[in-house]
Amino acid sequence: MSAIRDFFASRRGIISVGVLIGVLAALLQKWGNPGNMGICVACFERDIAGAIGLHRAAVVQYLRPEILGFVLGAMVSAFAFREFRPRAGSAPIVRFVLGMLAMIGALVFLGCPWRALLRLAGGDGNAIFGLLGLVGGIWIGTLFFKQGYNLGRTQSTYASVGWLFPLIILGLLALRLIFPQIPDKDLSGILFYSVKGPGSQHAALAISLAVGLAVGFVAQRSRFCTMGALRDLILFRQMHLFSGMLALLVAAFLTNLLVSQFKPGFAGQPVAHTMELWNFAGMVVAGLAFALAGGCPGRQLFMAGEGDGDAAVFVLGMLVGAAVSHNFGLASSPKGVGPYGIHAVIISLAVLVFIGFTMRQKTS
Amino acid sequence: MSETIDARGLSCPQPVLLTMEKLKSLTQGELVVLVDTDTSRENVLRAAASLGWQAREVRAEGSEFRLTLEKT
Repeated sequence: MSAIRDFFASRRGIISVGVLIGVLAALLQKWGNPGNMGICVACFERDIAGAIGLHRAAVVQYLRPEILGFVLGAMVSAFAFREFRPRAGSAPIVRFVLGMLAMIGALVFLGCPWRALLRLAGGDGNAIFGLLGLVGGIWIGTLFFKQGYNLGRTQSTYASVGWLFPLIILGLLALRLIFPQIPDKDLSGILFYSVKGPGSQHAALAISLAVGLAVGFVAQRSRFCTMGALRDLILFRQMHLFSGMLALLVAAFLTNLLVSQFKPGFAGQPVAHTMELWNFAGMVVAGLAFALAGGCPGRQLFMAGEGDGDAAVFVLGMLVGAAVSHNFGLASSPKGVGPYGIHAVIISLAVLVFIGFTMRQKTS
Repeated sequence: MSETIDARGLSCPQPVLLTMEKLKSLTQGELVVLVDTDTSRENVLRAAASLGWQAREVRAEGSEFRLTLEKT
C-alpha cells in the first residue's frame, strides 16, 4: 500500500494520472460523449441538474454516470488508503455561493478547466481565451491569498456528515438504473433525458461509470487538480500538479490525433462559441471562484468523496448554479453568450471580489 | 524550543502558504507543522523539500499529523 501511496504522490504518479484522464476523456468522445467533452465536470453537473428537473433546457438533460463514478471512486480510494475523514464547517454558505458562481462563469465559457484543456487538445482555438481567463482568475485568487484570505478551519465531525454526499450519489445512481433512457422519449419515470443536442450524446452507462470510477480512484490518490496546478505554479513556482495538467493536455491531443478527432479552428467547434472576450471573462469568474474555494470542480468531487462536507456544499452550489444559468438565460450556447450572460459575469466578479476582500480572518 | 504552525482544518493552499512563509524567515533550525489531512501532509513536505528542509519526523496522532521539519 505504501508503495502505491508513494507512487501517486510522486511526479511520475501525477503525470500518469494526467495521461490516463487525457486518454480516457478523448476516448469517451469516440465512445459517444459530445465533441471535446469527453469529461467536463461543469457541463456534466449541468446535465445532471437537467436530468432531475432543476432546469428544463431540453438539450442538456442526462444523469452523467462519470460524475457519480468520480465521487464513488474517490470514496473507495479514501477508504482503501484510510483517508476517509468526515469534516465540515468552513464557511458553507460561502462555498455554496462560490460553487454557483463557478458554474455560472464556466457556462459562459462552456466548460470547466478540464474541458478547456480537452477543447484545446481537440483543436478548438477558443479554448485559448478560456485558459487565459482561468489563469487570470486564479492569479487574482493568489493576490487574495497573499492578503490573508481564507475560509476558516474545518472541523472533524460525525461519520454521517462524510457519508451523506456519497449516499446522495448512490441514490442518483439508483435512479439512473431504475429509470433508464427510453429511445426518443424525454422522460423516463422521474428522470429527464435529451433526445437531441449534447445531452443526447453519451457513451454507454457501463463505460461511463467505469471510467468515472477509475478516474475518481486515481485522482483522489494523486490529488489531481487543475486549479491547484496553476495556483501552485503562480504562488509557489511548484510544477508538481501542473505537470499532471500538462500530461492531460498532451495525452488528449495525441489520442485525438490517433482517432482523427483533432480539428483545428475557431468557428464551428463543438459546443463552443467564438466570443473571445466572454470566453475569457467567463473563465476569470470560474477560475477565481475555484481558487477561493480551494479546488477545481473535479477536485471538489473527489474531496466530497473522501468525506469533505464543505466540498459537497460547493458541488451542490454548482448544481444550483447550473439551474440558475439555464433558467435565467445566463448560459452561453454555440450562438454566443446568453441574454443575461454578460450581466452575470459582471455581478459574479463583484461578489467574488467582495468575498475575497472581506474573508481575511486571522487563522493563528 | 521549535516553533509550531497549526494548519489543522485549513484548506489548500493555506498550510503550504503558512509553512513557506515561516521557512523563508528561518535560515535553519526546526519547525513543527500540524496538519489534519494526507493532502496537506504531502503538500507541506513537498514544499519544505523544495526549500531544502527535510522531514525529521512524521508522526500520525489520531487523524492528524505532526511534521517536524529541519535544516542544518
